[in-house]
Amino acid sequence: MDKRGLSILLALAACLLLCAGLWMFQGLGGGNRGFILSLRASKLAALVVVAFAIGVSTVLFQTVAANRVLTPSIMGFDALYVLLQTLLVASLGTAGFASLPPGPKFMAEIALMTAMASLLFGVLLLKGSRDLPRMILTGVILGVLFRALSSFVGRILDPNAYAVVQSVSFASFNKVQPGLLPFAAAITALACLAAWRLAPRLDVLALGRDPAVSLGLRHRGTVLQVLALIAVLVSVSTALVGPVSFFGLIVAGLAHGLMRSTRHAALLPAAALSGAILLVGGQWLFERVLDQGATLSVVVEFAGGLFFLYLLLRGHIR
Amino acid sequence: MIRIDGVSHRIGKAPILHDITTHLPEGRLTALIGPNGAGKSTLLRLIGRLEPLQQGRVSVAGRDIAATPTEDLARVMAILGQQTSIASRLRLSELVGFGRWPHHRGRPTAHDHARVAEALEAFALTPMADRFLDEVSGGQAQRAHIAMAFAQDTDWLLLDEPLNNLDMAHARALMGRLRDLVDRQGRSVGLVVHEINYAAAWADHVIAMKDGRIVAEGSANEVLTEDVLSDLYDAPIAVASHQGRPLVLHHV
Ligand SMILES: Nc1ncnc2c1ncn2[C@@H]1O[C@H](COP(=O)(O)OP(=O)(O)OP(=O)(O)O)[C@@H](O)[C@H]1O
Ligand SMILES: [Mg+2]
Repeated sequence: MDKRGLSILLALAACLLLCAGLWMFQGLGGGNRGFILSLRASKLAALVVVAFAIGVSTVLFQTVAANRVLTPSIMGFDALYVLLQTLLVASLGTAGFASLPPGPKFMAEIALMTAMASLLFGVLLLKGSRDLPRMILTGVILGVLFRALSSFVGRILDPNAYAVVQSVSFASFNKVQPGLLPFAAAITALACLAAWRLAPRLDVLALGRDPAVSLGLRHRGTVLQVLALIAVLVSVSTALVGPVSFFGLIVAGLAHGLMRSTRHAALLPAAALSGAILLVGGQWLFERVLDQGATLSVVVEFAGGLFFLYLLLRGHIR
Repeated sequence: MIRIDGVSHRIGKAPILHDITTHLPEGRLTALIGPNGAGKSTLLRLIGRLEPLQQGRVSVAGRDIAATPTEDLARVMAILGQQTSIASRLRLSELVGFGRWPHHRGRPTAHDHARVAEALEAFALTPMADRFLDEVSGGQAQRAHIAMAFAQDTDWLLLDEPLNNLDMAHARALMGRLRDLVDRQGRSVGLVVHEINYAAAWADHVIAMKDGRIVAEGSANEVLTEDVLSDLYDAPIAVASHQGRPLVLHHV
């Protein structure tokens, strides 16, 4: 990486530390400090984990899809996760669903999600990669289909179960279940590390199939590996805060704009760090300064949606 | 030598190549010619494992391409397809730099940088090395793609219509450079050309294809005759001679 890229990454890291410090220690008051600090720390950890998962998975997805306007959620990854959750509630019942130990349940969900997503999107990307518009359309339609199926299954459930399903189908940065956090953090760390180690191969993958094959990249294997990583990361972020459609777009756009490079060794950390700054800083601003804790997700989605339209209007399809 | 043994290919139900058996000789410049849709690109893509083999065998320098790890093949042959689209937005120097990837797999050494600089220089791209691919002319972009394959520094170089978009000076310079690779460095080159006089003037070996079959192969003097060419292109074509090599008068 060049000097400029490295100094930007360092600046981003410093900025994230600043935001984290503000989040942890600002307005601490004189009450039960230990309790408040631990509460804040777990929320901070959740926001950082989610930001890393969304940032890294979006950059990965844009690379396999050779497209800068798509995110995993526009293509229906998180809708698939919600559908799996809904089917789980439907088949186990609310009580059964709630009585499963959260850690192993989460692991099993991630495994199932990874298998399904690799299968579906592997077929879509490897078979359809010559025809980008068709692939995008299919992905979008799959997303709609998954959402419709979830809400259909949701509706034939009893009202209690429906409430459980509802709680996993909407984004909120306030409802993180602390039980999941250690698992989510560990899995995200591993997946981000794996993505980082793939970085040189991702650079070649981003050239497109033909050049990548002629340079000796195992194209198919790499695509499937990347899809599996995306599935894991999307599962984590969806389990923690629900589906977030457009946030990844802002983060990936920021990473490209800041680094002005196509090297994944630069893009991946830049996306993760800028995502974390936005979420932690944004949550601090909305919860502490504006006293509107619940609205961050709305604002993030709104801004992301605008950015999406901007990209489309500028003709940045690739 | 590249050996092609009983290779047939279909796309959907349509047969594209019919039981092709031939070879590209080692240490020679081989030209593939034939009308649009003859199957030249398909054959080249199969050799370069850009398309999976359906039937038959292909071996490059004694290695069966179906059994050799793709990363090893990338150090033996470089292939540039007819459609040279690159998905990411790259500077010319970065694009050419990727040609070294099979050798360093992400950790370029000083030697790799030197080879990239050499390839940029060889194709007169040094002055625009920092420009983006979409900020140069079509011919300059084409030269950058060829320079990338060049930088890969392999014994075999396969190029599908490399003369596309090149002006005549650059086209002749490219042929001269390929000739030089073959004569001085003992490399082997296979390329698809439409402008048949480039094959006539520079190629050692010519393979003529039509409708997914090979209709003639041999030296330029053997293949580029009035009979073969008129048959190949379904049009009367006169052939003269210039400095002991055929000169095809297809434009009059
Ligand atoms: N994706 C495809 N689907 C169906 N047919 C195809 C497809 N790609 C190529 N073909 C057909 O395969 C045949 C061989 O194509 P190929 O590209 O190998 O020809 P070519 O000799 O390289 O022609 P050109 O000189 O125009 O480049 C053609 O008849 C073409 O129509
Ligand atoms: Mg062709």
